[in-house]
Amino acid sequence: MSVSLTGSPDPHRDVAVAASLGRRRKRADRTIAVLSWTATAIGLIFLASILVTLFIKGFGAMAPSVFTEVTKPPGSGGGLLNAIIGSLIQVGLATLIGTPIGLLVGTYLAEYARGSTFGNIVRFVSDILLSAPSILIGLFVYQLLVLPFGGFSGWAGVVALAILIIPIVVRTTEDMLSLIPNTLREAVIGLGAPKWKMIVLICWRAALSGVITGVLLGVARIAGETAPLLFTSLGNNAAQYALNAPMPSLPITIYSYAGSPFQDWIELAWAGALLITLAVLLLNIVARTLLRGIK
Amino acid sequence: MSQATTSPFAIPTAPRRRASGLGDKLFGWACVSAGGLVLLLLGGIILELFLGGLPAFKAFGLKFFWDTEWDPVKEVFGAGVSVYGTIVTALLAIILAVPMAFGVAFFLTELCPPGLRRPIGTAVELLAAVPSIIYGMWGFFVIAPLMAQHVQPFLIDTLGELPLIGALFQGPPFGTGLFTAALILAIMILPFIAATMRDVFEQVPAVFKESAYGLGSTRWEVMRGVVLPYTRLSVVGGIMLGLGRALGETMAVTFVIGNANRISSSLFGPGNTIASVVALEFGESETGSLKLASLLALGFILFLLSFVVLAVSRYMLRSRLKH
Repeated sequence: MSVSLTGSPDPHRDVAVAASLGRRRKRADRTIAVLSWTATAIGLIFLASILVTLFIKGFGAMAPSVFTEVTKPPGSGGGLLNAIIGSLIQVGLATLIGTPIGLLVGTYLAEYARGSTFGNIVRFVSDILLSAPSILIGLFVYQLLVLPFGGFSGWAGVVALAILIIPIVVRTTEDMLSLIPNTLREAVIGLGAPKWKMIVLICWRAALSGVITGVLLGVARIAGETAPLLFTSLGNNAAQYALNAPMPSLPITIYSYAGSPFQDWIELAWAGALLITLAVLLLNIVARTLLRGIK
Repeated sequence: MSQATTSPFAIPTAPRRRASGLGDKLFGWACVSAGGLVLLLLGGIILELFLGGLPAFKAFGLKFFWDTEWDPVKEVFGAGVSVYGTIVTALLAIILAVPMAFGVAFFLTELCPPGLRRPIGTAVELLAAVPSIIYGMWGFFVIAPLMAQHVQPFLIDTLGELPLIGALFQGPPFGTGLFTAALILAIMILPFIAATMRDVFEQVPAVFKESAYGLGSTRWEVMRGVVLPYTRLSVVGGIMLGLGRALGETMAVTFVIGNANRISSSLFGPGNTIASVVALEFGESETGSLKLASLLALGFILFLLSFVVLAVSRYMLRSRLKH
């Protein structure tokens, strides 16, 4: 509220002062506007630079063998098949485990816990987990599942990713359920339906596309997660998909290949980076288009 | 319909009512226990990290928090350097990102032609969706060489000559280091802060803004005099949210920070952060070793740091982002 539109000289008396004040205000406005345009342009340039780099280096390294061959020692070609499959398995299972839990928590927050203390605590904790460093989730699962069970495993990776997706699903489920008008709930209850039927058959159905959006965004988020997998599924250079042993995944492969001194590995890392970014961005665009349909 | 009219006095039979009561009870119970599971997860994370780090806390005492030594050979570990690196890079990232994010949010809410609002807003959100390992590769292969050849020599020649702050911008231009890490972090958190700011700016009642415009205010005066005071708390909350992200970011930082356990006087010098140390050294530490315990203790410290920041952020955002 510190904008002083009238400076100390009285503009009513002095037209020249008034004009210069107006000029100054306009100049300030225009300066900020130009700076804002610049900031936005710089942000877009960053995005463009990332995408262009990925396309140039990624497409340069793209070959059928990327999808048909498994990772091999440096200098002998190879592809990313096992990493891609490993990622699909881990992300898929994590989504299958995390989504129902997140859905129930979100339902609890929206349908049972409005205004209750326990509900507020759960909401707060879930929001903390939403932004908590993913590397800590990895360390936690390492302590919980890797150390006691004697080794890195695909399951540990799945659990870590599931923990990461839960708060995302919670947030969208609660948001979507709270958009449903209460009259609809009252109508269902008034017809004599029990509460759980109201939630499952009416509220969930009404919120379905919103929840799907949330799940898609969650999948996009966990698909690119690297840090938690370092301590859980570890990575593997073989076509090994048993969940009780170290399991390959695309982000981990990219990480270890990009940091390697071998040119062919670095190129494979770029190909993998392009794949994962395209998948993540595509999921985001689909999810956002869905969301726009709801709002 | 016809059934309802044929037996208007039909009362739900006792077993059916009990069945639906049971269904309600089961479903409600499932929802509550899922909520409890979330609490357990957070409690479990705190507990496991603390227990895992306990041997290190026992061996080094409170000194662990600020001791700058990290020597796997002598088995002496301290969190000083990585805590310093974590806080410096995160704060520097905030300093770089906040003005940019404000510009983007101001642009999207007040300046942007309506037709461009959606595509540009989506583009900013996509920037937030890019996985952090991609930022790491891009930072390492694109930004770091750029920094080494152009940006850092320029800054060393200009800012490096200044008294007092000059020391921060001296030294050889490696390209990697604290400054580059902070820059990448700034780009990564920019969309989060910008999106939060835009969302809260849009919640300012139009009447307030229109009144100010009606008095002849310029767009910037409306922003400074009406929108910002109205949304102050949430804006700070959004910034804290970005800070929380920056503190725990792992992969991108690991690629570009230079990974050296020392506190250099220059921002261009290499360093490390808690997350980068844990990610890099974890593979080389044996189960049950003091090093592993120290890494878990570092994780515990990171958890405390980000928990406080995120909790404050949530508290500040709570009131405004609720519809």
